[in-house]
This record gives sequence, C-alpha cells and structure tokens, in this order.
Amino acid sequence: MSQVKLNARNITTDEYFYGHKACGGCGESLALRLALKVLGEDAYLSLPAGCMSAVSFIYPNMAFKNNAIITPFAATAAVATGIEAGLRAKQVLGKRDKAPLSVAFAGDGGTADIGIQALSGAIDRGEKFIYICTDNEAYMNTGIQKSGLTPFGAATTTTPSGRVIRGTLTEKKNMFEIVAAHGISYAATASMGYLEDFMNKVQKAKDAKGPAYIHVYAPCPTGWGHESEETIDIAKEVVDTGLWYLAEYENGQFKLNKNIAPDKFAPIAPYLKRQGRFKHLLQEDVDAIEAARDHKWATLRTWA
Amino acid sequence: MSKNNHATAFLNGNEAIAFGAKLCRPEVIAAYPITPQTKAVERLSQFVQDGELETVYMHVESEHSALSACIGASAVGARTFTATSSQGLLYMLECLPYAAGARLPIVMMNANRAVATPWNIYGDQMDVFFSLNSGWLQIFVENGQEALDMVIQSYKIAEDPRVMAPVMLNIDGFVMTHTYESVLVPSQDQVDAFLPPMVAFDHMMQDQHPMSMCISAGNQHNQEFKIRQHRDLEASMAVIDQVGQDFAAVFGRDYGSAHGGMLEGYHLEDAEVVLVTLGSVTGTARVVVDQLRAQGKKAGLLKLRVIRPFPTLALAKALAGKLAVGVFEKDLSFGYEGSLYTNVNSALLQQGVYVKSMNFVGGLGGRDVSQADLFEVFEKLYTIDEALKQGPVHYTQMRCEA
Repeated sequence: MSQVKLNARNITTDEYFYGHKACGGCGESLALRLALKVLGEDAYLSLPAGCMSAVSFIYPNMAFKNNAIITPFAATAAVATGIEAGLRAKQVLGKRDKAPLSVAFAGDGGTADIGIQALSGAIDRGEKFIYICTDNEAYMNTGIQKSGLTPFGAATTTTPSGRVIRGTLTEKKNMFEIVAAHGISYAATASMGYLEDFMNKVQKAKDAKGPAYIHVYAPCPTGWGHESEETIDIAKEVVDTGLWYLAEYENGQFKLNKNIAPDKFAPIAPYLKRQGRFKHLLQEDVDAIEAARDHKWATLRTWA
Repeated sequence: MSKNNHATAFLNGNEAIAFGAKLCRPEVIAAYPITPQTKAVERLSQFVQDGELETVYMHVESEHSALSACIGASAVGARTFTATSSQGLLYMLECLPYAAGARLPIVMMNANRAVATPWNIYGDQMDVFFSLNSGWLQIFVENGQEALDMVIQSYKIAEDPRVMAPVMLNIDGFVMTHTYESVLVPSQDQVDAFLPPMVAFDHMMQDQHPMSMCISAGNQHNQEFKIRQHRDLEASMAVIDQVGQDFAAVFGRDYGSAHGGMLEGYHLEDAEVVLVTLGSVTGTARVVVDQLRAQGKKAGLLKLRVIRPFPTLALAKALAGKLAVGVFEKDLSFGYEGSLYTNVNSALLQQGVYVKSMNFVGGLGGRDVSQADLFEVFEKLYTIDEALKQGPVHYTQMRCEA
C-alpha cells in the first residue's frame, strides 16, 4: 500500500503515452497519460473503439509504451479480465513469476451504454482489474453523438438544439453508484480539474484487492465547444458548481471527498455559457439543472 | 500400439468434447451456457471444481464476452477454450473476425443448431454459415470419437506458427451433442507428448517486448494484412494434413489422410454417383451406401471434414468423372441455395470439373434425416436429368409443396 501522496513533484517524469494524435486540450488523453504514470509500464491496457484507440494504434505508429489492445466495443471489461485470467493462469501454473495489472480505459459510451454488460459481469466475477471511464459526455470519436452520460441540456449531433427540443432531455446515467451497487472493492469519481485527487485514486485502485472503477470527468474542447486551454479550468469548475462531485466507495461505504455547502457552490450559468454545447439554454433550463444538482446533493451530503 | 493407452468411456458428444478439451490443458476457459452446448461446459466446470483440471474458468455474462475474454487471454499467450451454439454464435459474431485478424489460436466448439425465428433449439447447420467468412478454420465431425480427437488436433493446427488462426469445431446439435457412444479417451501423457504447452508467439503481449494488438491499419496497409491472413489460411491445409498423419501415427485413428485430412471418402473411388455430406448425417449415409452397394449400385460418399480452408483441389479430384453429385446440407441461404452447394460447385468449376450436381436441403430445425430420405436422394441422383427439371435445389421430407 502506497503511503506517500502523489503530486506534481513526486510523480514520475517517464512518459508511457505519447506520439498520439489526440486534439489539443484533450481531457481523455491527459487522464491516460497521468494514470499511466501511476500504473507504470507493467500494466496491460485494454481500450475499446473510441478516440483513445483511434489516435494511438495507427499502424505502424503505436503510442503506448505498455502492452495494449483494442477490444471489441462492447467487450472492454471482458478482454481486460481475459488478459488478467491469462496472466494469472500462467502464474498459478508456474509459467511466470507475477501477473501484472490489467487496466481498461473506456469512454462514456463504451462504459455506460454498449460496455455496461461486460463491465457488470467482470465486476461480479471479482477479478482484480482496474476500469477507468474517461467521461467526455458524448460519442466524440464518431462526431459528438449523445451517450447515456450526456447531461441534460447539452447539444450533441443527435440531440441538437432544435426549434422544439433544446438539446438532451435526459440526465446522466449514474455509473458510479451503479458500479458501487455491485459491492466493488473500490470505486471513485474524479475530475481532470483535480489532478492530484485523480492520481491518488488511481493509486488506491491499484492497491485494491479486487476490481476497481474510476469515473473521471474529462472535457473535450472539440465536442464541448471551448478553447483547448480551458480544459482543466472547466473540469475544476464543474466540481465547484456541484454539477460533478468527488467521491469514493470503499469497504461498502460511500464517502464524499469534497463537500460543498449549499451557499458555496460556484454559479452554474458561467460554467454552462462558456461551452458551445450549452449556449442555447434558456433560464428555465439553467434553473432545472440547478434543481437537479440540489436534489443530487441531498444524497451526496449523507456520504460526507 | 496406442489403443492400450486409451480408456473406453460411454460419452455423449458434448462430453467427448469436454474430455478432449481437458486433455489439452487449456489455461483459460470462458463460456456462457446455451442449449445444446451446455453439457460440454458443465462437464468442464465439474473437472475444474473437482480439481481435475487446473484452469481459470471465467463465468462470463454473455457469448460476446466469452470470446472477448478468450481474445484477452490468448493475447497474453494462454491456451483458451470456449463453446457456443446458434444465437450465441451470432451474438459473438463480431468477435470472430476480430480474433482471426489478431491471429489468435483460440479453439471453440460450436454445437450446430437452428437459428431463430422461428425459435428452435434443435440441430441444423445454419448457424455456422454466418461465420464462414470470419477467418476461422471450420472443422466438422461425424461422431463423438472424431469430436474428441479433433479438439486435440485443433489446438495443434491453430497454434502452428504457419497457421496462427482460431478453429471452430462443429458438432451437430442433439444428434451428436446428446447421443452417447463408446469413445476411446487417450491418456494424458500421450496427449501431453503430442500437444506440448503453447509457446510464446511474436505478436502476443509480453512483459519484455510490449505489443499493441488489434491495431488499426488504414487503406495503405489493410489489404496486405487481409491477403496475408487469407494465404495463411489456405496454407493451413498442409498443416491439417501433417497433424492428421501425426495423430494417426500416435493414436491409431486416421481421418481422411488419403485426401489430405480435408475430406473422407466412402466407396468413393469407383462410385458413379456421390453424395457430399457434412457432420453427423454422414453416419446415416454410410448405411445407405452399404445397402445400395449390396444392390449392385455404385453409390459413394464424400464427407467434408474441413470447409475453411476449402479443399478445392482434393474435392475436384475426387469428384471428377462422376455421373452425378449431390450435396446434402442442413443449411439454406435464403434466396439462393445451400451455401455448401455453392462452395462445392465453385470448386468444381474452378478446376474445370463438369459434373451434374444437385442440392438437397433438409434436417432443418432438427427434423430427423432418415435412411429413407437418403435413399430418395440417391434415387434422384440416379435420375438426375429428370430431377433437375424441377431445379437444382430439392428439399427432403417437405410437408407441403416446395
């Protein structure tokens, strides 16, 4: 178990993910880069179809220093646990000394939509692996279509801001609590706005005895309509507004890492208005988003 | 020499597959239950729970995950086994070309079963034909003994560095999976000597030489990957032949070595009319051929054992000069004809072998194919000019106007 808290000063300067073709300011690629600094080069990686595989496995240029595999879209957790099983079998049979960690990275659609069945099955089996959902709230690789994690109000190419319907009508699927409901060894939410928190949660996931899940909020300048240099700032602001939250599930208990008093939330409107995907929202929409946040926080505060 | 090392067991086809798989010491098994494959995975589970088989058994939540888990395990060099059928095969279908393109030597049993709708759990061969273009070797067996023996051969073929392709071992649902036969089970020592542990291969993920797998390749490179895969699958015929001969030398059972292991003949050489079969119907056809021969008729049988790669040369050579050829299959490509018939005709035409041929489609949804049905088939082949007036595709035992 690692005791020293990870931060910008003690994290390795080695790079394990570079030369890829992600957009400038990409939150997902930053999440992978930092997570790998915690996980190290021994980890075996599984990624489904999505931006991160599309930008990093282009023959003959491979961007991962680690062993890595693109999985069938629906099967990220199945492939990752298959790798784990293969390595463990070889260790049990005395054909190798150790079984390195198996780690999956998938986006919001790959996790909450098409990959949720395989993820549930893998967590249920209790195999030791880490699953990191890099959530940029839509199918970005195919061109910004709505996923089960697209938030209310957001415009996507399949939920555009129309004359009658203004963007997405549904709320984000609650992946963190869905995963926790399996009784998983460790689960956490994180945001690219709070990098030390994220890295230390990756470390906890690494130390967990069984399956671990981290859901990290990762802005997408291309899909969200903001400047590349705003990625970290927006990922911080979403937590400060209470529209996303930092929490953990450990030993069967929820824990809120950053409690914010009702009168201390950063204002919602500026967060929304700086992103092209929310520009069309009316005051009543902003009010609805605020009401949903307050409703959610009534539960979150019971974890504090 | 070898029979002394065998134990005789009374097994159904599912169990024969399970015993065969156990002898091959798979390191990871991932499977999802589906009728009529269930007894195979139940038996393997029992081996594991009783401590008779040291493997990681993954109770996956779907067929899609079953094959995906095998892809992951195989990608780190583990020997893997899975089994499926029908809807399950179709559910995992996208993972089939995936595994083949990644050149992973996975072995999978497929209990051939009808495809919905209408729903039907019984045996026919329509499921496997959906996967014919997936890059898997497609092997068919006639009885429990051949099923067990071909599991062992399948690993040997799949893991050969010249092949490195997954193998689907097809066994007719119920007629074989649920029928008990006396089966010789080789000793573990014998199988260990024939099939050593899988060795590391260059393109797998490994600690010292990290690998990116299942990569993307654009239009500058994609076609070369595919053609290489195609060529290697064609070249696997030589490996199938060699493995079959080696197996016969050690275990004393020969499957079609006279035809490179790709097909088996029965009264084939001097036959005037020949029925081409796939799977368990071959057993019934043998009896019918025997009776026709007793009547002085020169009837023969050609059992296809492998249809991917397709034995074009061996087939054309075996059928050249015949008066009539019939292709019996429990399969139909809607709007055309049985797909096996298409493959057979194409092979003959390619090789300049012009014989009159007919397609007999039957046994769909588990309908019994009786000796009487096959007598009728041969009757039509003997009067093929007359029969062809109704078209090349005939259906056995129709209960209404075809």
